[in-house]
Amino acid sequence: MSEKKFSKKHEWVSLEGELATVGITKHATEMLGDIVFVEVPEAGKAVEKEGQAAVVESTKAASDVYSPLSGEITEGNKAIADDPGSVNTDPEGASWFFKLKIKDKGEFDSLMSKDEYDKFCKENPN
Amino acid sequence: MEIQKTALYNYHKNLGAKFVPFAGYEMPIQYKDGIVKEHISTRTHAGFFDVSHMGQFFLEGDETLIESLEKIIPADLKNLKINHSKYSFLLNGEGGIIDDLIITRTEKGFCIILNAACKENDIKQISQFLTKDHKHLLNNDLSLIALQGPKSVEILDKLIPGVANLKFMTGNNFDYDGEKLYVTRSGYTGEDGFEISISNKKVEKLIDYLISNEVKPIGLGARDTLRLEAGLCLYGHDLNEKINPIEANLKWAIAKKRKEVGGFNGWEKIKVLLIKGSEKIRVGIKPDGKVIARENTKIFSSDNNEIGLVTSGTFGPSVNAPVAMGYVKSEFSEIGTSIQLEVRGKKYGGKISELPFYKKSYVK
Repeated sequence: MSEKKFSKKHEWVSLEGELATVGITKHATEMLGDIVFVEVPEAGKAVEKEGQAAVVESTKAASDVYSPLSGEITEGNKAIADDPGSVNTDPEGASWFFKLKIKDKGEFDSLMSKDEYDKFCKENPN
Repeated sequence: MEIQKTALYNYHKNLGAKFVPFAGYEMPIQYKDGIVKEHISTRTHAGFFDVSHMGQFFLEGDETLIESLEKIIPADLKNLKINHSKYSFLLNGEGGIIDDLIITRTEKGFCIILNAACKENDIKQISQFLTKDHKHLLNNDLSLIALQGPKSVEILDKLIPGVANLKFMTGNNFDYDGEKLYVTRSGYTGEDGFEISISNKKVEKLIDYLISNEVKPIGLGARDTLRLEAGLCLYGHDLNEKINPIEANLKWAIAKKRKEVGGFNGWEKIKVLLIKGSEKIRVGIKPDGKVIARENTKIFSSDNNEIGLVTSGTFGPSVNAPVAMGYVKSEFSEIGTSIQLEVRGKKYGGKISELPFYKKSYVK
């Protein structure tokens, strides 16, 4: 069974054993608007918690996507780089950004639950 | 200065607009549909834009008014027919562009549409050349609505019969709901369309009609993607006081007669550039892949020398690819020249491209 958590930078993480899948939340896509460019990391790249890992651009602006956890990238989702618009339609499903092998389960535990994240979004509308 | 609002502010709010401060005004950046849908609906049906923040500057006077204006505007105003419009600019002594504008000859003089951010300074600059016999007025009681897209003519002609007879870059007075309003066939999207100057009191009624004909509201976001696909400049980004019309690749907008005879601000400098060419020039740019080269992206030659800077860049929804404009050293300006664009520290390939990126359909 996988468990899903959320970051204050509007990423979601789903964890299965040591393997985490990361994407941006529906709320994030609504703030960004139409997504027209995505850059995902290559396998083998080391990332730090809250370090820059990917790029997402909407018609309005470019934003960094951070890794909510430290670890080593095992795969970037090439499909969203080819079809950036798919991130708007299925941000928390098929349009994940990258997978990584995590270093420290404690980092995952400290992230927000779904309820906590929803509350966080309400309190920080922008 | 307190932030200003157009007469349609509450109307936009009810339509679900997201606002941003722009040139001292609270303006819609987008509505519920978002930039891409707004862009596409303008290209396929029609969209309306509230551009009431722009200055509607009216001038009245005798023949000497033309002489005065021609000192700062390099258009052939003497031979501009009544109800005909020209794209031109205000020039400083160095030939730099103080603002770009549309000037229309009216029965009593001229109407100039000025950029919102520049209008106060523009009027100061123009006034230096006016005499006490020339009357002028920045009319804040008027709204300005752009209606753009292939269905514009059909929709507007039903409401205001006769607008279909206007040719591109001409205008006329029309009756609407007991008032006179002024309509020109023009725009900033690369589409057929109109700009309607209408009193603040009547503007909501006009918009009600447009919306009942499925004309979508379009925000500044899509206005930017539309104009960039059409290869049109945005003042403050692609043009500024340090850039002259030759560098801006806008020498077509200086009237032929004025190029020969001169007599306007910056002529000494422009005269030389017309013969020699400028060191840098505005070009269209197409990145090879999907990467977006936004404003201030550095441009390099294929052998890694820095050759220029992007001034506008976005994703073009109708081109379905990223598009940009910028300035490069003139020897790299030929269409098809391979360049490199530095985005987030990495160099991506691109090419100098023809402008516009999207072909226009003006009614001539």
